[in-house]
Amino acid sequence: MGRYFAIRIGRAALTIVLVVTFAFVVLRLSGDPALMILGPEAPPEVLAAFRKAWGLDDPIWFQYLDYFHAIAKGELGRSMRDGRPAIELVLERIPATLALTLPAFVFKVALGVPAGIYAALHRGSAIDRAVMMTAVAGFTVPSFVLALILVLVFAVQLGWLPSGGQDSWRHAILPIATLSLGGAAVLARFTRSAMLEVLGQPYIRTASAKGVPWRKVVTSHALPNAAIPTVTILGFMVGTLIAGAVVVESVFAWPGVGRLLVVAVANRDLAVVQCILLLVAMTMVTSNLIVDFLYGFLDPRLRAKGAHA
Amino acid sequence: MSPLVSIRDLRVAFGGVPVLRGVDIILQEGEAVGLVGESGSGKSVTWLAALGLLPRHAQVSGSVRLDGRELLGAPASELDQVRGGRIAMIFQDPASALNPVLTIRRQLCEALILHRNLSGEAAKAEARRLLDVVGIPDAGRRLEAYPHEFSGGQVQRIMIAMALAGNPDLLIADEPTTALDATIQAQILELLSAIRREMNIAMVLISHDLGVVAENCDRVAVMYAGRIVEQAPSNQLFADPVHPYAQGLIGALPPLDGPRRRLTAIPGTVPDPAQMPDGCAFAPRCAMVAEACSVSAPSLARIADDRAVACIRAEASRCALLGIAAE
Amino acid sequence: MSPPLVEVSAISRSYSMRSGMFGRAAAVHAVDGVSLTIPRGETLGLVGESGSGKSTTGRIVLGLEPPDRGEVRFDGKAMATPGTAAWRAQRARMQMIFQDPLGALDRRLPVATQIREPLDIHGIGTPAMREERVRELLRAVELMPAHGTRYPGALSGGQRQRIVLARALATKPDFLVCDEPVSALDVSIQAQVVNLLCDLQAQLGLTLLFISHDLRVVRQISTIVAVMYLGRIVEIGSADDLFARPEHPYTQALVSASPAPGRRSAGRIVLAGDPPNPAARPQGCAFHPRCPRAVARCASEVPALSAVGGDRQVACHLVTGAQTRDAA
Repeated sequence: MGRYFAIRIGRAALTIVLVVTFAFVVLRLSGDPALMILGPEAPPEVLAAFRKAWGLDDPIWFQYLDYFHAIAKGELGRSMRDGRPAIELVLERIPATLALTLPAFVFKVALGVPAGIYAALHRGSAIDRAVMMTAVAGFTVPSFVLALILVLVFAVQLGWLPSGGQDSWRHAILPIATLSLGGAAVLARFTRSAMLEVLGQPYIRTASAKGVPWRKVVTSHALPNAAIPTVTILGFMVGTLIAGAVVVESVFAWPGVGRLLVVAVANRDLAVVQCILLLVAMTMVTSNLIVDFLYGFLDPRLRAKGAHA
Repeated sequence: MSPLVSIRDLRVAFGGVPVLRGVDIILQEGEAVGLVGESGSGKSVTWLAALGLLPRHAQVSGSVRLDGRELLGAPASELDQVRGGRIAMIFQDPASALNPVLTIRRQLCEALILHRNLSGEAAKAEARRLLDVVGIPDAGRRLEAYPHEFSGGQVQRIMIAMALAGNPDLLIADEPTTALDATIQAQILELLSAIRREMNIAMVLISHDLGVVAENCDRVAVMYAGRIVEQAPSNQLFADPVHPYAQGLIGALPPLDGPRRRLTAIPGTVPDPAQMPDGCAFAPRCAMVAEACSVSAPSLARIADDRAVACIRAEASRCALLGIAAE
Repeated sequence: MSPPLVEVSAISRSYSMRSGMFGRAAAVHAVDGVSLTIPRGETLGLVGESGSGKSTTGRIVLGLEPPDRGEVRFDGKAMATPGTAAWRAQRARMQMIFQDPLGALDRRLPVATQIREPLDIHGIGTPAMREERVRELLRAVELMPAHGTRYPGALSGGQRQRIVLARALATKPDFLVCDEPVSALDVSIQAQVVNLLCDLQAQLGLTLLFISHDLRVVRQISTIVAVMYLGRIVEIGSADDLFARPEHPYTQALVSASPAPGRRSAGRIVLAGDPPNPAARPQGCAFHPRCPRAVARCASEVPALSAVGGDRQVACHLVTGAQTRDAA
């Protein structure tokens, strides 16, 4: 069991290193931060001074090692734009993002999972078809399109809700709706197919054959089994709590982590981008670890395997 | 004596395609009846339909009575009392027949709670006793194990224990040993017949294996394309099959001793349920087919007190016999 | 007298298998010192339960996997190294048929194309000759030329197995390994395929290794039968004699467990215990924990396969030639 998780954690750490390295390389190769921040008209000596101040004139592998060295010491660097520690900039945006993603997560689960279960239990019914059509639509329509549609309808046409900004709770409604609908569609589809798979299993027929009322067959035999694959997708969604709202935050001008990322990338504000990516990689990896734990809890077959070690 | 179960003209169709085309079975208390037939003959569907276990889109008609009470169309609550309580069922594939995420104790106690009003320690003690009965060693400890921790033969024993939990009057065993190795098959069949003797439970043994059915049943019904074509006491059926299909099945079975003979294979394949031939469904493969065979489907007719055959040839020979008797 | 077509001497094969995902790897002896001789034109039936190593033996004999120890000789020559021209030439003379014909066929190709495939691969004949050969093969397996244009999904299980058989025969092989070829078929269809196999063998002079758990089918088709238990042969002899007078306690139990119409189960030998697990092979005679006649010696000493009279060989401490035969 210990070895199992040692391997998992080792793999998680490697994932983080790879993500950070990739980001580092791509950002350095795709543009000169000095030019981006100071502008093309800046005098050469100013540019040179800027590069020297931020260590941009060192060889790239040196910068890379330096960067990892700093991370190891817990220093994530400073923003090249205003000189504040990157971590501070990022942390102050997190509550805004969570204000969207946490309620959205709750709505996704509350909408998607029951819809999927209901559709599976009434396969072929009108409601099943309606749920599936909605789900496919939610699945295929990109979130920025959905966001724009919602803005057109509820902000422009009806004028019920604001189209952007972060002044009151009413401003959060449309971004949360956008995030919830797409996620609920994914969850509904996934839950439905997991449920259908389970309902076709012989042990469901066994339960019915021993006189278990259908409602109980569903709750105590089908659901625990269907939960196993559904947890995977839920884990993935938990992993996107921090960074999953990039598009939506941009469309609705919501000052969260996602918007900070977009701005930082545009400006080649290296420390900030890297800080966000590190944070995102860590949440992803952590949620994957949690999913692995949950698997062991939900599926005795995996538990038994772990217990042998 | 009124029968335990009587099935009359049971018909099942899926999307308008008939798979069961009028089945009659009478089952007495404590009796062991075998249902033999090839895949698609309807032997499992008969009992799944009788217990309301088919998918909702199945169209079922006819009558299934248990102690005189109609089961078809009965309310779900009444069926739930019958299933597992009066009629229990075990299935072919032991590996997937038990819920993988629940302990054996939970799955056994579920039936005890439903049908015996036991709970807590009493249910657990009874579950342990049932595991003992079916020969699972170290029952007390094994109760907390999950299905994947047992071998195929042991899972089938647990299935039998679960079936016994509700003290049923009838056990339907649907290909209970098909997925098991020969020596384990022998163990399970012996267990089934021991239980049947001791508890006086009636049994329906569904199998494609003529040998299994012949050895374990008093009476056998041979099914073909959704109908019973011959019904007879086991020893008579195998010694002297009357229906050409029953003859073919027995001739197709290679002997294990005595001289080797060429197998009498039945030509062709089972007809597609969506395109049943007119008249007798077996006629296109029958060596003794006559013109009349394609006109109308022969009904199951008595040829002796305890034998019935659905074949016009058999009817003819019976008439001939009666004619001789009358002279 | 010509030498036997297939000679298998003392082949062994073990796999390393983990118990669960994180358990320690343990060696599983799938096949352990198996020797067989199959004379030309005859059929050797290989019988055993799951885990007996009968399928692995078949795969090794066919050269689909190499033995760890021992040797397979085909037509007097050792098996060539896989991938070489000599190996391909040898492989064209030996073919295999599996239990699941649908898995062995490509669902997206008409079956005639699949029958012709080995001819294309080995470059046998002109295209016109290949077409003619396909028609001939379809006739040989008692199908119509029209069946050739169909896709596997449009054929019944028995017809698919005939297609697989036709494809296996395309290169005019001398040797066929059949692994549970009729186990998935209904009884009436099973009889058709068994009869067909017997006929083709007689016509073409094929040599067969017929692997099955079904004693009846094995007896019907085989001249020699070998019974395997946990990777070893425990008894071998001529088919009729072996099933009529099994000597090894395991063979006796197997024969007795085979249900027969017209016989009630009284007097059946029912073995206790679970089927054998190749990963936990008992010491001594692997069968001793389930053997109704086991004595102390069985738990410590592995019995060797030895002749007990006639052409019968048995691996059991309690069956030693003359005296048991006399007693019986």
